[in-house]
Amino acid sequence: METKGMNGKQLLAHYQAQLEEEARRAKKSGRLVCWSASVAPSEFCVAMDIAMVYPETHAAGIGARKGAPDLLEVAEKKGYAQDVCSYARVNLGYMELLKQQALTGVQDEKLANSPAVEIPLPDLVITCNNICNTLLKWYENLAKELNVPCIVIDVPFNHTMPISQHSKDYIVGQFGEAIAQLEEICQRPFDYDKFYQVQEQTQRSVAEWARLAGLMRHKPSPLNGFDLFNFMALIVCGRSTPYAEITFKTFADELEENLENGIYAFGENEKKRVTWEGIAVWPHLGHTFKTLKNAGTIMTGSAYPGMWRLEYTPGDLSSMAEAYTRIYINTCLEYKVLQLQQVVDSGNCDGILYHQNRSCKLMSLLNVETAEELQKRNGLPYVSFDGDQTDPNNYGAAQFELRVQALNEMME
Amino acid sequence: MYTMGIDIGSTSSKAVILQDGAQLVATEVVQIGTGSSGPARVLDTILKKTGLDIGDMARIIATGYGRFTFEPAHHQYTEIRCQAKGNNFFCRSARLIIDIGGQDVKAIRLDEKGNVKQFFMNDKCAAGTGRFLEVMSRVMEVEIDQMDYYDERATDPATVSSTCAVFAESEVISQLAAGLLKENIIAGVHQSIASKACALAGRGVIEDELVLCGGVSKNQGVVRAIEKELNRKVFVAPMPQITGALGAAILAYEDVLKEVALKDNERQKG
Repeated sequence: METKGMNGKQLLAHYQAQLEEEARRAKKSGRLVCWSASVAPSEFCVAMDIAMVYPETHAAGIGARKGAPDLLEVAEKKGYAQDVCSYARVNLGYMELLKQQALTGVQDEKLANSPAVEIPLPDLVITCNNICNTLLKWYENLAKELNVPCIVIDVPFNHTMPISQHSKDYIVGQFGEAIAQLEEICQRPFDYDKFYQVQEQTQRSVAEWARLAGLMRHKPSPLNGFDLFNFMALIVCGRSTPYAEITFKTFADELEENLENGIYAFGENEKKRVTWEGIAVWPHLGHTFKTLKNAGTIMTGSAYPGMWRLEYTPGDLSSMAEAYTRIYINTCLEYKVLQLQQVVDSGNCDGILYHQNRSCKLMSLLNVETAEELQKRNGLPYVSFDGDQTDPNNYGAAQFELRVQALNEMME
Repeated sequence: MYTMGIDIGSTSSKAVILQDGAQLVATEVVQIGTGSSGPARVLDTILKKTGLDIGDMARIIATGYGRFTFEPAHHQYTEIRCQAKGNNFFCRSARLIIDIGGQDVKAIRLDEKGNVKQFFMNDKCAAGTGRFLEVMSRVMEVEIDQMDYYDERATDPATVSSTCAVFAESEVISQLAAGLLKENIIAGVHQSIASKACALAGRGVIEDELVLCGGVSKNQGVVRAIEKELNRKVFVAPMPQITGALGAAILAYEDVLKEVALKDNERQKG
């Protein structure tokens, strides 16, 4: 399809669908398909011409389309407790239904009725524990259930900053191991030339992503932070392809033009600006957004989309290792607070909303201390609310509304 | 000038009529909350009691869980802001409020002007709330207003979970089956509520002037448990169930004054 003339949002939908279609076609034509953790390095597999699928993004889409409960039920019947991350449960439930279909030729009713985008089963999986440790067991289980190879990029937690050289060296060693595994899986030598090109492409995507997010510094803001949540699909799934770069550039150009013409995300209605700490509540995205918007509160800060600002020097594996371990939730509290402080400052925020996400323990358990530390520095009011990234049961609409209204009262 | 505050909670509806932002004209409580006839009944009762008409109210502010469903209200504020204002009316030096209502338990920190500085509250969990107390009263076949009587006679308070109301209910049933005295179990239930509320109020020593409000603070057993937990005396708001509605009525008065001042200002400029 011709993409000329498409705006940012149209390109997002177009390229997201294209990536999904490419994965399905890859499977049919015998190209390898890899399921990947969202912040695992994509560069190695893409350099080896492997089609990538991202279960976290897939699960988020299912959650947003209200399709999570059926798949959560499948996972729970398999023995996964409700305390397990809902991205993992949705994906393990989906995988189970796909696997049964592949084994029996019969499609389960839950799969037939699911609003989930159809994705192919993987030939290999790749994970990285730079955003949580659930990803290790989750992907090990996928690999065991499907009898496919599992590439693990083990990244040490950064208890102190800056990142030590021995830590970077260790991660470079992990990259070497991943390359060796890929050579064995693909039965051919690793393509270092293509790898360098993919690294360069990834950096161009990341630069446009940073440019887009940076537009929230303007007051009033031309960009509503919830749009970044939606555009995240491409920084996750397409950052090593030109699709992400093209889409972010187009959208950022549009917003810059809007800014010049005095067109803002909330028109004349931007009253207060907040930072949203944590993952979106995908099954209730509309409610969370509208509750804020109705109060004239725009989200202009979030460290979550910033996790994909993976800036490094192409050709320098040590620099790439540093980028993939510098994720703010893979660092000590002091650094996490500092990162969040920068997000709040650059978004010119008046308050902070902390998502106590039942799924993401790593992002949520430190919220209380993070909030206290940050308030000592900036004195800004904050509230926290209970929710979940994909399990709709862990969110209360009235509770969210109360907290947003109370935050607005404190920001007055 | 009359203003009205109405607090529509999960288990009760409260109304306050105030004259000139300072004089309590009437208060009313109906023990049934949002989604029921409670809000309409409390409005009807307070108007009949005072002989006033709804049109006599210069402003009506609604608060509480059902604040957006009360049509006669001119505006809505959160119960957090209203509790801060209402408790400040009774205790100017209050810097910390513990509000234990039917469904929520909150700790609200105030600045020197009585504005909300920070608040913490329970999330999707009934532990430590009035609803929890109601469930326990039913399990033990002791009326809510009799629980204090039993608590006073406890000799060896039982341990009751403060992390989950459902687990706590199972615990209490087991304790009853094991023959523990109701007096001791009830003291344990009160301790469980105190523990939840004080955990929200803050870590370490709480030195600020503290006010206790919300329907549950009418239970002296809970008050004693909180005092024991904090190792200090606490001040219980007079009429602790209506402090939210009172705050709403004060805010209604202040809003009217602000609007009048704004109009005067504009007139002078014009």
